[in-house]
Amino acid sequence: MRWHPPLPLLGAWLALLLLLTLTVTLAYVPLGHFNSSVALAIAATKATIIGAVFMELRRRGPRTFIFAGAGLFWLGILLWLGMMDFMTRT
Amino acid sequence: MNEDNYLNAGYTLRSWFFTTDHKRIAILYFASLIFFFFIGGAAATLIRIELATPQADLVSSDMYNRLFTMHGVIIVWFFLIPSIPNTLGNFIVPLMIGARDLAFPRLNLLSWYLFMLGGCVTLFAIAAGGIDTGWTFYTPFSTLYSNSYVAVAVTGVFIAGFSSILTGLNFIVTIHRLRAPGLTWYRLPLFLWSLYAPSVILVLATPVLAITLVLIVVERLLGVGFFDPRIGGDPLLFQHLFWFYSHPAVYIMILPGMGVINELISCFSRKAVFGYKFVAWASVAIAALGFLVWGHHMFVSGQSLLASLVFSFMSFVVAVPSAIKVFNWTATLHKGSIRFDAPMLYALAFIGLFTIGGLTGLFLACLAYDVHATDTYFVVAHFHYIMVGGMVTAYFGGLHYWWPKITGRLYSEYWARTAAVLIFFGFNLTFFPQFILGAEGMPRRYHVYPPEFQMWNVLSSGGAVILAAAYLLPLVYLAYSLFFGKRAPANPWDAPGLEWQTPSPPPEFNFETQPVVTRPPYQYTPDFRAEPQNA
Repeated sequence: MRWHPPLPLLGAWLALLLLLTLTVTLAYVPLGHFNSSVALAIAATKATIIGAVFMELRRRGPRTFIFAGAGLFWLGILLWLGMMDFMTRT
Repeated sequence: MNEDNYLNAGYTLRSWFFTTDHKRIAILYFASLIFFFFIGGAAATLIRIELATPQADLVSSDMYNRLFTMHGVIIVWFFLIPSIPNTLGNFIVPLMIGARDLAFPRLNLLSWYLFMLGGCVTLFAIAAGGIDTGWTFYTPFSTLYSNSYVAVAVTGVFIAGFSSILTGLNFIVTIHRLRAPGLTWYRLPLFLWSLYAPSVILVLATPVLAITLVLIVVERLLGVGFFDPRIGGDPLLFQHLFWFYSHPAVYIMILPGMGVINELISCFSRKAVFGYKFVAWASVAIAALGFLVWGHHMFVSGQSLLASLVFSFMSFVVAVPSAIKVFNWTATLHKGSIRFDAPMLYALAFIGLFTIGGLTGLFLACLAYDVHATDTYFVVAHFHYIMVGGMVTAYFGGLHYWWPKITGRLYSEYWARTAAVLIFFGFNLTFFPQFILGAEGMPRRYHVYPPEFQMWNVLSSGGAVILAAAYLLPLVYLAYSLFFGKRAPANPWDAPGLEWQTPSPPPEFNFETQPVVTRPPYQYTPDFRAEPQNA
């Protein structure tokens, strides 16, 4: 069987590099409050690419999704209860 | 004795250090953990000797800081967290579910190597001069002021964290995928539920600790602001991230211990565990709710009042599934045919000590009282009742219970009972006075104190001497049994679990034929017989 380059992996890697460049570039562009939002949106896109391609979640069944989703859910708990302190501190 | 067993499957160093047999890897962990336990224990002994008098007469303030940090770091990450999962769990899980090995045998071996690498890096930090931050590595001290080997030590803990993740992953996949035919979730021995739940915590929470430790090193070495407010950081962020892992880590430590207690209470009262489903789901509930309580470590650190109220409430809530377990063990004892073998003595000690530790935890969950008790010996006594009185006692109970299976030898029941009683007595004498010291206001982490606290400190130090001797005792009689103990039969306790239906010690691949499970667990009868799960 002939070897084929893993095109999805290469594509994902290039996309991540592109997004990294975008993150660094936008850090120097004054967007005011939007700097954080844009940076977070880019980070979320990167995480989605990693999950879908490198972790192969796009080809997995529901149980794997439950476990991957649990990771996100627990991250949500960390952010939710952590932010509750930061937002309500006097 | 079974002559064709995992112990004589090979005698070379290579056969041990490159093995993928879960039983041999468990033995590697046993040996490593004994080493770390006695290093951490030696530090504790020095601390208690120093505290026998109000003035500093053994070590300097700086050395004292390094001693209690060494004690905490070694005992938490290199003994308590891996103890039951990586030793008893590693050995017993495949046997309990009727499998030949864990799902990922090579990852299992890698886990041990990572553990040892992390341990060696941490020991290097200690040998090179030590760490003085306390096991919690609180910022800004750890990032700005400490002149000790913080970066090296957190690197060691970081590496060991990957060992934990691999073990947790292995248990989750093994319990999902490798159960024997007929072994449904509600036929699993409760030990497995109690390993599954903390395995999920290990996988979900350990990466947060890893990232937090990386942030410490990055801020300390590169000056990037995460926790230092002068460069845009927030000091409380560290505590949020650290306790998001480290409070669930308490449940990583205690849940496997609770799993062991299910097996012991059931076996030595010859009854099925009362309310199986409640106990099983209580493990899951503790693991899940355990993630919602971390802020109770931060009531006086500047956390918002609303956050403190929520964390206080959730801390009370997590007591409910813990109480379910204690009540159900007690109900299991009710009208049981109780036998006071050594493992049962440890189990009964666990129930008492865990209950005291748990109830005093409710004191600390209470906002008002916690303000008084924060950073006092009350806290020290509370968490030692959970982690040492609970976890270590359960570990010893499980070790005695499965010792005949692991080694194929029987130990001296007389000495084992003596050690169990001495541990219970020594433990209480060591730590109960610390509740009183804490309530009277003695702060932790100081080695000089007002003379009026001396009486309680002397009692505590006296108890520590008894406890240290009691912990050494099993090392002696268990080592003796390895060479001179009677041969153990396959099922010395007449227990129904699959692990008891294979010879002692088990053959290399655990079972001659694939067991098929036909019964729920714990089918004991009062006349000290049991119906095997696969009969």
